[in-house]
Amino acid sequence: MSETPLVEFKDLVVRFKGDRTVHAINGLNLNLKPGEMLGLLGESGSGKSVTLKTLLRLLPPKRTDLEGSVKVLGTDVMSLSGRALAKYRGGDVSMVFQEPALALDPVYTIGDQIAEAVMRHKGISKLAAMDVALDMLTRVRIPSPERRLKNYPHEMSGGMRQRAMIALALACRPKLLLADEPTTALDATVQIQILLLLRELQKEFGMGVIFVTHDIGVAVEVSDRIAVMYAGNIVETGKTRDVIKNPRHPYTRGLLAANLHGAVKGSRLDAIPGSPPPLEEAPSNCSFAPRCSLARPECWKALPPRIDIGNGHEAACVLAAEAAVTA
Amino acid sequence: MTRQEDRGGPRQPLLIAKDLKRHFPIRSGLLNRQTATVHAVDGVSFDVKKGEVLGIVGESGCGKSTTARLMIGLIELDDGQIIFDGDVLGEDITLKELRRGVQMVFQDSYASLNPRLTILDSVAFGPKINGLEDPEGKARNLLKRVGLEPDRFAHRYPHELSGGQRQRVNIARALAMEPRLVILDEAVSALDKSVEAQVLNLLNELREEFGLTYIFISHDLNVVRYISDRVLVMYLGEVVEVGPAEAIYHNQAHPYTSSLFAAMPSMDPDNRTEEPPLAGDPPNPINPPSGCRFHTRCKFAESVCSAAKPKLSVIGGDETHLAACHMMDPASGHSQSFREAAE
Ligand SMILES: Nc1ncnc2c1ncn2[C@@H]1O[C@H](COP(=O)(O)OP(=O)(O)O)[C@@H](O)[C@H]1O
Ligand SMILES: Nc1ncnc2c1ncn2[C@@H]1O[C@H](COP(=O)(O)OP(=O)(O)O)[C@@H](O)[C@H]1O
Ligand code: SF4
Ligand SMILES: [Mg+2]
Ligand SMILES: [Mg+2]
Repeated sequence: MSETPLVEFKDLVVRFKGDRTVHAINGLNLNLKPGEMLGLLGESGSGKSVTLKTLLRLLPPKRTDLEGSVKVLGTDVMSLSGRALAKYRGGDVSMVFQEPALALDPVYTIGDQIAEAVMRHKGISKLAAMDVALDMLTRVRIPSPERRLKNYPHEMSGGMRQRAMIALALACRPKLLLADEPTTALDATVQIQILLLLRELQKEFGMGVIFVTHDIGVAVEVSDRIAVMYAGNIVETGKTRDVIKNPRHPYTRGLLAANLHGAVKGSRLDAIPGSPPPLEEAPSNCSFAPRCSLARPECWKALPPRIDIGNGHEAACVLAAEAAVTA
Repeated sequence: MTRQEDRGGPRQPLLIAKDLKRHFPIRSGLLNRQTATVHAVDGVSFDVKKGEVLGIVGESGCGKSTTARLMIGLIELDDGQIIFDGDVLGEDITLKELRRGVQMVFQDSYASLNPRLTILDSVAFGPKINGLEDPEGKARNLLKRVGLEPDRFAHRYPHELSGGQRQRVNIARALAMEPRLVILDEAVSALDKSVEAQVLNLLNELREEFGLTYIFISHDLNVVRYISDRVLVMYLGEVVEVGPAEAIYHNQAHPYTSSLFAAMPSMDPDNRTEEPPLAGDPPNPINPPSGCRFHTRCKFAESVCSAAKPKLSVIGGDETHLAACHMMDPASGHSQSFREAAE
């Protein structure tokens, strides 16, 4: 158990300054073990992308207040700069996006882009780097990979571009892959192909993955563990099976009901009322209280405790310790 | 509210789509010559019964939105017929008359609203130009009904609302025309799940209250199952299967429908999906495959599948469940057709 975590967030706070202050992340704690696949699940605006961007140091420095710490394999990410930061980004940690255009440059061929990244991080020759590129396209199962090396991104279909982006992200064998809704824009029959591919490559390369999604079904399909985010914090985390079969936070339960899996046709849905809070102020009580049908007076008075349910299952809810909530 | 009268009687389908066809030319080059054709909707037929919810599913680009737009005359038909409560569009009723009876709600809640109108004016606009009585009173009532307290919301502008609230406005705006049929084209798809559930509850209530009929288009099979009585499955501009929602969900006949369902996340951590049901991306509706358009991805495809277009055949003696696959047609010559048909 004393193994160094791959990722360790400690009391992370991210605040954006400007015309309006946005309290995007509010005291987030989260660990990821090497080789683990974590599904980070939440609705839009809950802070999923900001969490990943913090890890890659992609937030605008002048407009962002940061507190707490983020470590990757024991190294303080906030302290990195210059060459160390460049080596870290794309070498130790890389990212795939919903929109391949964010990762793929339209004016270079797929082969050149992958080879360039490998040359930069591994210091090998162009010829050797092209071999790596070919190997990567084969591993992500792009048909006729030799020919595809010479393709520009716009010459590929949506699913193929997504595969090419994954090949680029994994070419330098990162220890950590950050995936920000990489299948959200894809059709169902293509999405499942990409999910299974990522699951397989994650095992093969033994890398840790944080997979961000708003789709609970997708999270279940890929994750060893799930962390549910709400208003800039993790409200529940645990092994996928525990979170899905025995959700302890009322928000997690609401999300499960809203997925409609197994909902009886036409029956009234147990919908969570209202909408997420505006994030204008730092929370001083449970952020979910205004929408929670089980809220008690204490929920409005203080931040909820993080309750350890066992087996790494935690929920930030005063009711989580009680058996009644599982009924 | 004064609903438009039921003319054809309860057994007359509210809407019949007959062999709808719409192709889009693709032009390119200096002379802007037509170089290809998108077969967006290619011989689509179905009917919508009074008071039912017909779900339409299929992957992006299969022609769902084009079908919807054809049904309310937002784009013109190349061929085919729309019959609304027994009246043929263009013969018995005009487009304007059809649009009184059929309203549509789109996915993009923002683009559908005029940014310079308050939401009260947006909702009252249709009734006003159509000369309905007391447009503002009607609009206030409807806003209240969709959960937007008029005193708080009536004078706000679209950008001052959340996505879920804007979609409530769009629903109120559609209902203000007192339609009989509402086409919801991915109307809840852009909403967060918790908000989507609220809007689905609202849609179910409104349907009962106003005796509405819905066509519910979505790529989310869980949502379609929850809301629909019958489901129509499209692939590359054609209908591949149609039937009662439960039959489509539990007893799929067409290999494409089965693949679509097998591609849904399992929601069971102990039984995760191991194999993708299909390889590759859906083909392009430009130059669709010959015969059965699914034959390029179908594991049961035989020579007949690329040679001949399969007819919609009745499945298992259930006249309401049809699928267009040669395996379902005993006369097709497909080697598996007898076994499948006998089941
Ligand atoms: N650069 C930024 N400046 C100001 N606010 C931001 C910035 N990036 C994100 N936000 C805000 O932070 C919150 C969390 O955003 P994000 O992490 O992108 O959410 P999501 O969970 O949808 O990925 C949102 O309210 C968003 O508007
Ligand atoms: N106005 C148009 N001009 C050219 N092609 C179009 C037009 N509208 C739709 N299409 C094409 O027709 C096909 C069907 O589109 P659509 O009906 O929007 O599909 P769906 O709603 O199922 O995603 C797609 O290939 C789309 O690109
Ligand atoms: S007709 Fe042939 S190709 Fe088409 S779905 Fe049936 S078996 Fe498959
Ligand atoms: Mg995001
Ligand atoms: Mg569409």
